[in-house]
Amino acid sequence: MAGKRSVDESFLALPLSALADAALTRAVDLGCEHADLRVERIRTQTVRLRDARLEALADGEDLGLAVRVVHEGTWGFAAGVVLTAAEAVRLAEEAVAVAQVSAAMNTDRVELAPEASYDGEWVSAYEVDPFAVPDAEKTALLTELSEQLLAADGVEHVSSSVMQVKEQKFYADTAGTRTRQQRVRVHPEFTASTVDRATGSFESMRTLAPPVGRGWEFVNGDGWDWRGELAQLPELLREKVKAPSVEAGRYDLVVDPSNLWLTIHESIGHATELDRALGYEAAYAGTSFATVDKLNTLQYGSPLMNVTGDRTAEHGLSTVGWDDEGVAGQQWDLIRDGVLVGYQVDRNMARLRGMDRSNGCAFADSASHVPVQRMANVSLQPAPDGPSTEELIGGVERGIYVVGDNSWSIDMQRYNFQFTAQRFYKIEGGQLAGQLRDVAYQATTTDFWGSMTAVGGPQTYVLGGAFNCGKAQPGQVAPVSHGCPSALFENTAILNTKTEGGR
Amino acid sequence: MSSLTPQEIVEQALAASTADGAVVYVTDSSEANLRWASNSLTTNGAMRSRQVVVVSFVGTGSGTAVGTVARTGTPDVAELVAASEQAARDAGPAEDAMPLLTETPPGSGDWDAPAATTSIDVFAEFAPALGKAFGAARDRGELLFGFAEHQLASTWLGTSTGLRLRHDQPTGRVELNGKSADFSRSVWAGVGTRDFTDVSVADLAAEVAQKLAWSANRIDLPAGRYETLLPPSTVSDLMIVAYWAMEARDADEGRSVYAKAGGGNRIGDRLATLPLTLRSDPDAPGLETSPFQVVGGSSGSSSVFDNGMVTPAVDWIREGVLTNLVRPRSWAEKQGAPATAALDNLVLEDPSATATTAEMIARTERGLLLTTLWYIREVDPQTLLVTGLTRDGVFLIEDGEVVGAVNNFRFNESPVDLLSRATEASRTERTLPREWNDWFTRAAMPMLRIPDFNMSSVSPAS
Repeated sequence: MAGKRSVDESFLALPLSALADAALTRAVDLGCEHADLRVERIRTQTVRLRDARLEALADGEDLGLAVRVVHEGTWGFAAGVVLTAAEAVRLAEEAVAVAQVSAAMNTDRVELAPEASYDGEWVSAYEVDPFAVPDAEKTALLTELSEQLLAADGVEHVSSSVMQVKEQKFYADTAGTRTRQQRVRVHPEFTASTVDRATGSFESMRTLAPPVGRGWEFVNGDGWDWRGELAQLPELLREKVKAPSVEAGRYDLVVDPSNLWLTIHESIGHATELDRALGYEAAYAGTSFATVDKLNTLQYGSPLMNVTGDRTAEHGLSTVGWDDEGVAGQQWDLIRDGVLVGYQVDRNMARLRGMDRSNGCAFADSASHVPVQRMANVSLQPAPDGPSTEELIGGVERGIYVVGDNSWSIDMQRYNFQFTAQRFYKIEGGQLAGQLRDVAYQATTTDFWGSMTAVGGPQTYVLGGAFNCGKAQPGQVAPVSHGCPSALFENTAILNTKTEGGR
Repeated sequence: MSSLTPQEIVEQALAASTADGAVVYVTDSSEANLRWASNSLTTNGAMRSRQVVVVSFVGTGSGTAVGTVARTGTPDVAELVAASEQAARDAGPAEDAMPLLTETPPGSGDWDAPAATTSIDVFAEFAPALGKAFGAARDRGELLFGFAEHQLASTWLGTSTGLRLRHDQPTGRVELNGKSADFSRSVWAGVGTRDFTDVSVADLAAEVAQKLAWSANRIDLPAGRYETLLPPSTVSDLMIVAYWAMEARDADEGRSVYAKAGGGNRIGDRLATLPLTLRSDPDAPGLETSPFQVVGGSSGSSSVFDNGMVTPAVDWIREGVLTNLVRPRSWAEKQGAPATAALDNLVLEDPSATATTAEMIARTERGLLLTTLWYIREVDPQTLLVTGLTRDGVFLIEDGEVVGAVNNFRFNESPVDLLSRATEASRTERTLPREWNDWFTRAAMPMLRIPDFNMSSVSPAS
């Protein structure tokens, strides 16, 4: 399996095979049932401007190796940063020692679902390596665009940034798998703010462009019309400042993909992680209402609802060739015709559920962290002949059109959520009737998805996502994409956030 | 680790620098952790790492430009310095430029000593004790979940102006979550620690067992405003939100809850009715943190030019009045105000408070007692309105006694507004924030009584 590019030679030149041979041989000698080794190099760069002046340009590279073992049915894990065979052997020994100390707490033997062995290379789809672009060029572009925004009437402050990541992984295990992978992702963002000093009020408006598994070409406009969006931002901000405060109540909502991706992430993506459904995240990220006894029976939402897990989507932030347990990327159903039909699993979870195979959802955010079950690209499928966003709005008599994500919060079983947005528009008689302020929507997951009465067509579909989804202890961050069309939800509770905060 | 010591890396990097100024720091970290669910181990680990950061300062015609490059592991020092200098040459002049510091702050550690380290052995007694607690829980038909972590980070910071500073930072925490077998009842206990010598698994397990017993009686209540006792963990999570928003520049520019209508910031305004003081102190007992600043990238609240700046104790709110905001030297100079740095600990106290948390419960006629908060997110920066949920134990108090466990709620509140509405505080005690303890573990807080806490809706989660 290979993309258009190859993994950078500088990574392949590391002593990858020697490290694997040393660690895995030692682990087997110490009696481990399973062992794997990862070598990861993660290059990151953030360029951040404040009011068109460079505030920080931080450039980082994290390079390390990790050994994970199953020893007498107990996990053990050790990580370090010195890439020598001697250190790989030491880490194998330390991982076994960790397993031995932990054995006093272990009552469930670890067993892994089987997977074929692979020897291959995979590179994500991108055109321009962001780390090959001179810093001065990046700073100049952000400065130019920030200055244009600052020059607009009513814009007092502008924040801009672009985050860039290049992730390289080598994985090897005692079953014989050897994989080499490289992924690139970028996330540009601009926020314009206005301040009314007399009243002490202020307001902001942020661009909607999502983080993507693409290269610098995305920042240059391939896949997103930056300059067009930035040109509209000041007027949108001016309108938001003058907008009336919403009247709390129940409204029909047309939710744009720029907002709906995050609702999917929180209320479907995390809720269909099997480790959560089984209680493995109970103390931290929480469990899930979508428990295993409800598989194939839980009416998650409307019959129009079809959701997939996918580790193969082009430009997806969670797209890989193989996961961090050597499982090949796949696509599968999570919700079909509104019914829960699947979970996201890793090899241990798959075995616990008696599944033949993991669907490849193991991920560690660096060599210093153990792989845990993390999210695939979880996406709501459009209706093949579905309406446009304008047609969805046209069918609403009294409602609100929701655009762009802002704050988000959901309970630890993924029932009760509250979201805000960058922009809320009043819908009257099938027409947009200006922006509203102080809006939040609040619902219970199954009620909300059950109220979805129309799903937009493929022409409305956008792949949104997050750079830094948090989970696990110690905390890890994972990138993940969520594709979705626009959709209509009937009779949703709308709060006025000013009233909520008042007494 | 590398054949070079951290001290040698700092000296080599500074010697290799051809920039007009340089800051180099090396952090050696070691960490061990255990995680468990349903009375059994789930994951674990022992990790070591080294981070090397070089900040180069290059004069331009119109100011000083900065380049920061960080590498883990055993980087080539000369290449790292060259990359940092190239980054500085590619950058425009920095807005926060100031002369690098030359004065050694008090409290720096032994520069020459090797790194302080931890290992899985820190749990040699803890793990068997936990295994025993699992057995006891199993016998009661209950389940234990949780996480224990210990980290030691040693940082050496050197500057081209001659500073040689070193700090060792231990950080530890334990969270123990107990549930009934059907997951319908859930409670929590947690502690922060420097070395695990003060952690008692038996005490944590007893607290969990008591709260599970309280939960035997289930009471359903609707959304609404309730008299609510916020225990120290919840207060710490809310005060951390208030603390993270204390950037002076944002307030001075009019875009913060600490901005004053008409211009300027709210320093001098009374925020709390009670004589509450919110402070940070590098020498706070049990909460000790770095006495100097280490900054890898500038922001509105910190500056790479301030590396090595002394971080003395600061009162952010003194006796209810906003007293200080976080202000790097450059912004301080522009505003004619003192420079202040955010520290990695936070204490809230009412010096006149004598009540224990138990005494505050005992004198509550009818109210809610929370355990922890979860998924706190900002809804409105102007008021610092946040939303979030109660978690792992909402208890109803009647006539001074806990009478049962109530359903969870979503809340919408502003921590700044809550300060103004708090009517009673307990004595301050060390606590572990629940929501933010990935980033912030060093806190001491009181319990607060809020007469009208806004429970916006019911959460069916348990």
